[in-house]
Amino acid sequence: MSVQLWTYLIVGLTFAIYIAIAVWAKAGSTKEFYVAGAGVPPIMNGMATAADWMSAASFISMAGLISFMGYDGSVYLMGWTGGYVLLALLLAPYLRKFGKFTVPDFVGDRYYSNTARTVAIISALFVSFTYVAGQMRGVGVVFSRFLEVDINTGIIIGMTIVFFYAVLGGMKGITYTQVAQYWVLIFAYMVPAIFLSIMIAGNAIPQLGFGGAGSDGVYLLDKLDNLHTELGFAPYTTGSKPMIDVFAITVALMVGTAGLPHVIVRFFTVPKVRDARVSAGWALVFIALLYTTAPAIATFARLNLIDTVSNKPYAEMPDWFRKWEKTGLLAWMDKNGDGNIQYFGKKANGGDPFEGTKPLFTKETGKSGELLMSNKPTDNANELFIDKDIMVLANPEIGQLPNWVIALVAAGGLAAALSTAAGLLLVISTSISHDLIKKQLNPNISEGAELMYARIAVAVAILIAGYFGINPPGFVAEVVAFAFGLAAASFFPIIILGIFSKRMNKEGAIAGMLSGLLFTAAYIVYFKFMNPAMNKPEFWFLGISPEGIGTIGMLVNVAVSFVVSRITPAPPEEIQELVDSLRYPKGAGEASAH
Amino acid sequence: MEKAKLQEYWKINLGYLIGLLVAWFVVSYGFGILLVEPLNAIRLGGFKLGFWFAQQGSIYVFVVLIFVYVSLMNKLDRKFDVHED
Repeated sequence: MSVQLWTYLIVGLTFAIYIAIAVWAKAGSTKEFYVAGAGVPPIMNGMATAADWMSAASFISMAGLISFMGYDGSVYLMGWTGGYVLLALLLAPYLRKFGKFTVPDFVGDRYYSNTARTVAIISALFVSFTYVAGQMRGVGVVFSRFLEVDINTGIIIGMTIVFFYAVLGGMKGITYTQVAQYWVLIFAYMVPAIFLSIMIAGNAIPQLGFGGAGSDGVYLLDKLDNLHTELGFAPYTTGSKPMIDVFAITVALMVGTAGLPHVIVRFFTVPKVRDARVSAGWALVFIALLYTTAPAIATFARLNLIDTVSNKPYAEMPDWFRKWEKTGLLAWMDKNGDGNIQYFGKKANGGDPFEGTKPLFTKETGKSGELLMSNKPTDNANELFIDKDIMVLANPEIGQLPNWVIALVAAGGLAAALSTAAGLLLVISTSISHDLIKKQLNPNISEGAELMYARIAVAVAILIAGYFGINPPGFVAEVVAFAFGLAAASFFPIIILGIFSKRMNKEGAIAGMLSGLLFTAAYIVYFKFMNPAMNKPEFWFLGISPEGIGTIGMLVNVAVSFVVSRITPAPPEEIQELVDSLRYPKGAGEASAH
Repeated sequence: MEKAKLQEYWKINLGYLIGLLVAWFVVSYGFGILLVEPLNAIRLGGFKLGFWFAQQGSIYVFVVLIFVYVSLMNKLDRKFDVHED
């Protein structure tokens, strides 16, 4: 059976499962819609959290990023897992005890202030929309390459599916769909990894395989270090980023993870406080399975890629090379006219093969049959352009795995993108129907009307997300750093302080949140948008890149809120009692709206 | 529940948190970043040890830390009679 037929079959089957779950899990009340009735068992919630958390970026991009960055890519591995320790120890149990629906709920009540609530709503909306745009791009990439349909058609199909189960089922539908999506995505990630590990390292466990040796008896990582040195790339296992920046980016990603509203809200869905703790543990187990496999895939993929293309004639390239060339994520410019692919890093006179960030094909073909570009060639020796995103998706083809494995990877990529998109859309709709309409504009609204607003808000959010998917803003990659930086500099410190410091008051929280947000936003906007030419280590504050600046923003937030809270009145007695009651599990009622 | 007992419960909890967060910091920021170069001189099969902590070891330890905390707190909740049900 052909790859395409397999893909239609497997993707169609998974979509049918998602829809069946949606029909089964239709939400009848706002509580079911927002927090799945707070009745999800911890292991299930852990699985749903894992699917919610692992986005198109984790599934499609991360191993590719590590493949190109080597050791420097560790910031994603540690940064996107270490945050769960913070969640389990410092946030989840207390927020579950608090027993409301959303993060702005906590901020607004703990700091007895609608101003604080509004700042929280705006941050939540911004972070979530940023993220959704990235997911929709992931859906588009998978559809266009594997089903060979137009990207726009692909996005519309994806939107329709999410629309169906998010609008109908709310959190309940989303949670149980995410459990199914976790299985699809982890299976799709592990199968090719195990195949490759057996083929390359002779070991069925990828986590061990990439520390092993190939058939020639040389350790794979040593071989990769040597190849990198030979071709002029930074050594794979040591990297090239300054240590302080690696440190700051890791902190920002960890703390940002623990501050993301769509992750936090998942811990409102379990029945008990102790379930919140253990469900963060299960979530990390399910996440760790993929995250410890990713660096193995990265190593295998890098070796395979260099082996297949470096100094080989274009005419002998396998089928997948030309297919990815058509999507514009891969391109070859025969600068020296020898018909061979030269692939070099900066230290061997390599670098960007041509000017511009993507190939502009002219519809003509060159003498080896390659697609010609109108981009101006650079004067270095590198001839190959590869988008990091193709590494995971192309891996099964590069490793010549069976067709059904390739199709499975497509279904896995879609599951990762759709599960995360659904979780984010729910945060957006809750922010509007619950935090904004119910809590601020119209407190007397009936449950039925609130539920209706929630469904309308999801529908509108899906349309906006789809718009971003079809017309992707050029700055998606840039704004992801923004989302983590802002979550790190705003939500995380004020939630922690709200639990661990009884003295923290609304003046301190608002001042801290605003100063952290403004500092982080100003730094990122300055280097990413206003003055990209200066976005270099020598101009950065303490040598910290915009990706890592959320760490400093968080410290600014903490410092400002401490100082301001000490010179303004202590919070009222009942708030101090509320904080006391958060600190022990007994009496955690069910999540309620009041 | 009386105030003094609650305070004691909270103090023990903070003690657990500090201990576990120190471990959390040491395996990731310590072994994986700050001490990565000296540790890379040690080999674990085909892995350099610092590189292994950054891409594998820290993640395994994170998982263990959460389950240790869960079990410590479940015991503590019972001891101070603040558990649910």
